[in-house]
Amino acid sequence: MGISFDLTVAWALLLAFSVYVYVVMDGFDLGIGILYPAFPSKEDRDLMMNTVAPVWDGNETWLVLGGGALFAAFPMAYAIIMPAIYPPIIAMLLGLIFRGVAFEARWRADSRFSRKFWDWAFIGGSTVAALAQGITLGALLQGIEVDGRQYGGGWLDWLTPFSVVCGVAVVFGYGLLGACWLNWRTEGDMRDKARKIARILGFVTVGFIAVVSLWTPFLEPQYFQRWFAFPAALQVAPVPILVVAFVIFLGKELYNESREWLPFALVLGLFLLCFIGLGVCMWPYVIPPSVTMYEAASPFKSQLFMFVGTIILVPIILGYTVFAYYIFRGKIGHGDGYH
Amino acid sequence: MDTFLGLDALMLARIQFGFTIAFHFIFPALSIGLASYLAVLNALYLRSKDEAYLRLFKYWVKIFAITFAMGVVSGIVMSYQFGTNWSVFSDRAGPVIGPLMAYEVLTAFFLEAGFLGIMLFGRDKVGPGLHMFATLMVAVGTAISATWILSVNSWMHTPAGYTIGENGQFLPEDWLQVIFNPSFPYRLAHTLTAAYLSTALIVGGVGGWHLLKGRRDNHGVRTMFSMAMWMAAVVAPIQVFLGHEQGLNTYEYQPVKVLAMEGHFETSEEGIPLILFGIPDQEAEEMLYELKIPRIGGPILGKGWNASLEGLDTVPRSEEPPVAVVFFSFRIMVGLGMLMVGLGFWSLWVRWRGSLYQDGWLHRAALVMSPAGLVAIIAGWITTEVGRQPYTVYGIMRTEESVSPIGASAVGTSLIAFIVIYFMIFGAGILYMLVLMGKAPEPGEEDAEGDDGPIRTGGIMASSKPETTGAQNAPAE
Ligand code: HDD
Ligand code: HEM
Ligand code: HEM
Repeated sequence: MGISFDLTVAWALLLAFSVYVYVVMDGFDLGIGILYPAFPSKEDRDLMMNTVAPVWDGNETWLVLGGGALFAAFPMAYAIIMPAIYPPIIAMLLGLIFRGVAFEARWRADSRFSRKFWDWAFIGGSTVAALAQGITLGALLQGIEVDGRQYGGGWLDWLTPFSVVCGVAVVFGYGLLGACWLNWRTEGDMRDKARKIARILGFVTVGFIAVVSLWTPFLEPQYFQRWFAFPAALQVAPVPILVVAFVIFLGKELYNESREWLPFALVLGLFLLCFIGLGVCMWPYVIPPSVTMYEAASPFKSQLFMFVGTIILVPIILGYTVFAYYIFRGKIGHGDGYH
Repeated sequence: MDTFLGLDALMLARIQFGFTIAFHFIFPALSIGLASYLAVLNALYLRSKDEAYLRLFKYWVKIFAITFAMGVVSGIVMSYQFGTNWSVFSDRAGPVIGPLMAYEVLTAFFLEAGFLGIMLFGRDKVGPGLHMFATLMVAVGTAISATWILSVNSWMHTPAGYTIGENGQFLPEDWLQVIFNPSFPYRLAHTLTAAYLSTALIVGGVGGWHLLKGRRDNHGVRTMFSMAMWMAAVVAPIQVFLGHEQGLNTYEYQPVKVLAMEGHFETSEEGIPLILFGIPDQEAEEMLYELKIPRIGGPILGKGWNASLEGLDTVPRSEEPPVAVVFFSFRIMVGLGMLMVGLGFWSLWVRWRGSLYQDGWLHRAALVMSPAGLVAIIAGWITTEVGRQPYTVYGIMRTEESVSPIGASAVGTSLIAFIVIYFMIFGAGILYMLVLMGKAPEPGEEDAEGDDGPIRTGGIMASSKPETTGAQNAPAE
């Protein structure tokens, strides 16, 4: 029992880790699609897509791992959450189809119409996927109705002002990541434009973070307790303080032209803090306010079997992922395509 | 009861699962085959330095990139659909099959995705050795992926190594028994071979097409046609044998499915007939217009000429799968398998006579047969999965108990969205693949990188290495 207790916690942390890695990795590449409307020329769009083409598939695999780990380590939670957010999940999957196929099809399109179509498939697919992910997050935070071991609500319960705000927040957040990525990986006019966009999106995203952070504690008494009841609140106080510090630093760096990778890293840091904030709210629930991670956990044998493989394989995966990024490193210029 | 266009939520969920998995499986089947074919081509090129192999690699890698992308996005749909549409099943079976699927992600999907970029775009960046290694890793990854998912699927047919907990969940007892459950080795062998065979038929069809167009002097076209015909000749008979072995295994563990496949409504007392054709009438429990060969059914099932067999008339109606679907899909698969064997032998004969690149009828046959592998694969899966009905976990958990508590309108809407979008998006992707196949592989073929494709035009090149950038940026076409 003692060990299985720890293993469940370990799995909760691993799951959080893979969701965060997903946001880190796929966030900017969905962001590229979200930013497409701001870059209407074909050359710019080709270039933007090229910055992520060799890595997008690997990035998306973390989403499969997130779903897979939830299924394997907390099957009951998987079984309750998925039907509860059926429409946004289906929308996300369809969005990913549009944009995933656009990566290949956009280059094969030979008429103006079909090129336009795939551009919009990329834009729409990326935006819908981001929106749906944010809505999912919001729907989880606001609580899901449970009946026995299954979902007990209706098929539109997820749709509330809060979840929609979360969805829009994620769209802007990913857009910001995408802009910071372009600021880092491209040069010249494109970089300058990306930086300008990043400043605007940074502003908007921080606004959304503030709104969601102030709204969340009022969703459930538990969340309120975590953040505002003394003395426990002191333990979590560093989170908002760090958020403010990161925001100021980010604002400064977006006006500083020297370290182009830094805004990207700072946004990731900011998102990590938001993520920790979410964890503070939800712990130890996987489905607030009714199912804890212990109730949803799969048996010790299942968790252990996977755990052994995971701790060996994840470092190896991170190793070759870093290697692939390293191979395709460096600035990507416009002219590169036209010699 | 809540319905959508007259169908209840359960039926809609089944249609949706069947539709999306059928689409999904077409792409991995081709990816599995092409990944290995590309690895072989690359290795042959590195050893012999024969330009034709490199040309073929660059030609097929573009097609591979498209099918792979479609396999990935349609696969993500599958992995979430367990939860969205089969949530009761997910909750109960999750402790057993969840870890296997997690291992699939960790050992296969990441491996493929991690090395795919290098395989497609990295030939000039990492050197031939590492590029070969990446290509091999992608090929190995596709096979590992098939291994895990087929273990999961086989466990649903022949569950082993588990107990049932008080909350109704399946709990793992012995992982080796779970993974190597009784039908797994057969299904793995038959399905992997099916993927290689289907790919060979497509490659052969493309080769045949270009030969018919008079491109006999194109070394690449000749090479691919010849390689594909060797594959068909060698692998098709193996596939028939593996299918037969799998049938025997199924007879042992799921005899009712075999009765449906073979159409035995009636108990046979003295000698088991082989029913070649007929029209099953499940209500009346009889086979209409039956065409059968007496007695040889016994030896096929590994029994004597005089053996007896209890028919579906001894099985309660509530335990029977829909017989007609199983019966016909099985015949489609087996019939196509026989035609593939025929094509293989024919090609051997023509090759022996020295007119492999001249015989227009062989080329036409190869062209006509090119989709046959994929059709047989779908037919095979329908036989397998529909034959498992009315169970999801055979003999233990029924399909109607597996479904999510979502209304018919939600599932109906998503089903329509899937159908429209799959045909539109994957249809376009398949069209682009056909366009690529319609061009012959030319000397100096551009690959995904040099071609006007993603990355392509050297876009991803680090500006710190301009010398490599220039080298392969010959304008496309
Ligand atoms: C190129 C594809 C292909 C070809 C030519 C064949 N099959 Fe097949 N068959 C499959 C592709 C396939 C498959 C997609 O791989 C299936 C579906 C599920 C599975 O395990 O394999 C399958 C299933 C399947 C099953 C059902 C197993 C079960 O009940 O679980 C049987 C009995 C056979 N096959 C037998 C045959 C025979 C006797 C064939 C030749 C005459 C044959 N197959 C040709
Ligand atoms: C390998 C993993 C697979 C798993 C775990 C799996 C599991 C399932 C499940 C849960 C269902 C729904 C319940 C049911 O109606 O039986 C189903 C049905 C079905 N599957 Fe599979 N399946 C797998 C592979 C495939 C493949 C590769 C195909 C075809 C290409 C396929 C074809 C079908 C069809 C046609 C149905 C509908 C049959 C019916 O509902 O009567 N399956 N399968
Ligand atoms: C219900 C069953 C299935 C599920 C849930 C499923 C899930 C997935 C997922 C999530 C991906 C994308 C992985 C990525 O992000 O890279 C994928 C791709 C893939 N799947 Fe499936 N799959 C199923 C059935 C099958 C079957 C039966 C096979 C083979 C026998 C198979 C072989 C592959 C392969 C080789 C890929 C790599 C992509 C490609 O080659 O196109 N899958 N699958």
